Amino acid sequence: MSDYISHDHEHDGIDRRGFLQCMAWAGTGLLWTISGGVLVSKTLAQVAKAAEPLPATDLSFLQISDSHIGFSKEANKDVTETFKIALDRINAMPTPPSFLIHTGDISQLSKPEEFDTFDEVLKSCRTKDVFYVPGEHDVLNDGGKLYRDRYLKSVEGKGSGWYSFNKNGVHFIGLVNVLDLQAGGLGQLGDDQLEWLEADVKDLGTSTPIVVFAHIPLWAVYPQWGWGTSDSERALGYLKRFGSVTVLNGHIHQVLQKVEGNVTFHTAMSTAFPQPAPGTAPNPGPLKVPAEKLRGMLGLTSVKYLQGKSSLAVVDSNLS
Amino acid sequence: MITLNARRKVAALSCAIAFLNLSLFAIAGEMTNDDSTSSKQNRIEIKDFAFNPQTITVKSGEKVTWINRDEEPHTIVSVGKQFKKSTALDTDQEFTITVGAPGTYDYFCSVHPKMTGTIVVEK
Repeated sequence: MSDYISHDHEHDGIDRRGFLQCMAWAGTGLLWTISGGVLVSKTLAQVAKAAEPLPATDLSFLQISDSHIGFSKEANKDVTETFKIALDRINAMPTPPSFLIHTGDISQLSKPEEFDTFDEVLKSCRTKDVFYVPGEHDVLNDGGKLYRDRYLKSVEGKGSGWYSFNKNGVHFIGLVNVLDLQAGGLGQLGDDQLEWLEADVKDLGTSTPIVVFAHIPLWAVYPQWGWGTSDSERALGYLKRFGSVTVLNGHIHQVLQKVEGNVTFHTAMSTAFPQPAPGTAPNPGPLKVPAEKLRGMLGLTSVKYLQGKSSLAVVDSNLS
Repeated sequence: MITLNARRKVAALSCAIAFLNLSLFAIAGEMTNDDSTSSKQNRIEIKDFAFNPQTITVKSGEKVTWINRDEEPHTIVSVGKQFKKSTALDTDQEFTITVGAPGTYDYFCSVHPKMTGTIVVEK
């Protein structure tokens, strides 16, 4: 495929192909198709290039979320098994991801034995580096102490467990928005964390790609169900000057995406059970689907970053 | 003979019905008494991510019990820490407190803070 403009109908210096390529890298270009009942997504760049192989990537990592180990209700009586299947998928990837990000709700009830099971199953994963942020199910009874002791030892989490790190020129920020929640409110970051965030990114160049990950969405997905973070606007304000910001969340057990300026928001599927689309059920509790459909609604998210391309490619795949 | 037998049967049946009615009445009566005293009245059901009733009025010294009917864990946390908080309640688990001084006590679920409720304690 050539890169020069072949049809410049609008005389604006861009043709359809160029526009699609550009949109794909801007993160708006995820194409959803249903093939044989299986929901798959591909970036438009992949579609445009059809049979061309994907270029070698500089950094790829994988997001898994909402394992809910310990859950055994009708929506999925064996969440440990579906978590194992997710790990099998990771192990089967031709190029293993550099690391995993787990965006919370490892456990159903914050029980030590649930964390034990998760850790034991995770040993089968070829990719050993995992970065964590807690979900509300992980910090139910002790303000997250047990969780921090187990999962944040290596990252020197500040406050209730937030931290940042750099990989291949990308700046990663793990935030905690599931603690000290206020009556009637949403997810919350709090002043201490926001001040830390402002200082954390202060000296970074605007061309540094930023990846933020937190459990509850950092955008107002559906506040009526608590699917949002009350002070996320302030956090995003500190990130406004950057050319590429990718925000990865869990919590809502389904893929939703939004692009706002240079910021791409993306939520991942759960490995345990789906939840209803916003407002489509009396409550956001586990969605019961026929057994044969369950794995099509569980999944993981692969993220790729190529140096020279400022935005990241985010691709979801299910466990069917 | 046939008539007599039939009459006896009817009489016996009537007795049985009368007895049964009395028993039912007695049981129903007991339940009503229970209702008027404490436990059933002061129960709050957690269902569809909501406290039901959302506001409950009780007398000082009475017990209030929450039961979780959702498949999602919920907690009961007092705004301003005015009574002890619950641990996470799994499906069908209960949590009971004995209310103290008269006043209005707001509480919420710390897992789903959109869920709020109020206990009004009277003398």
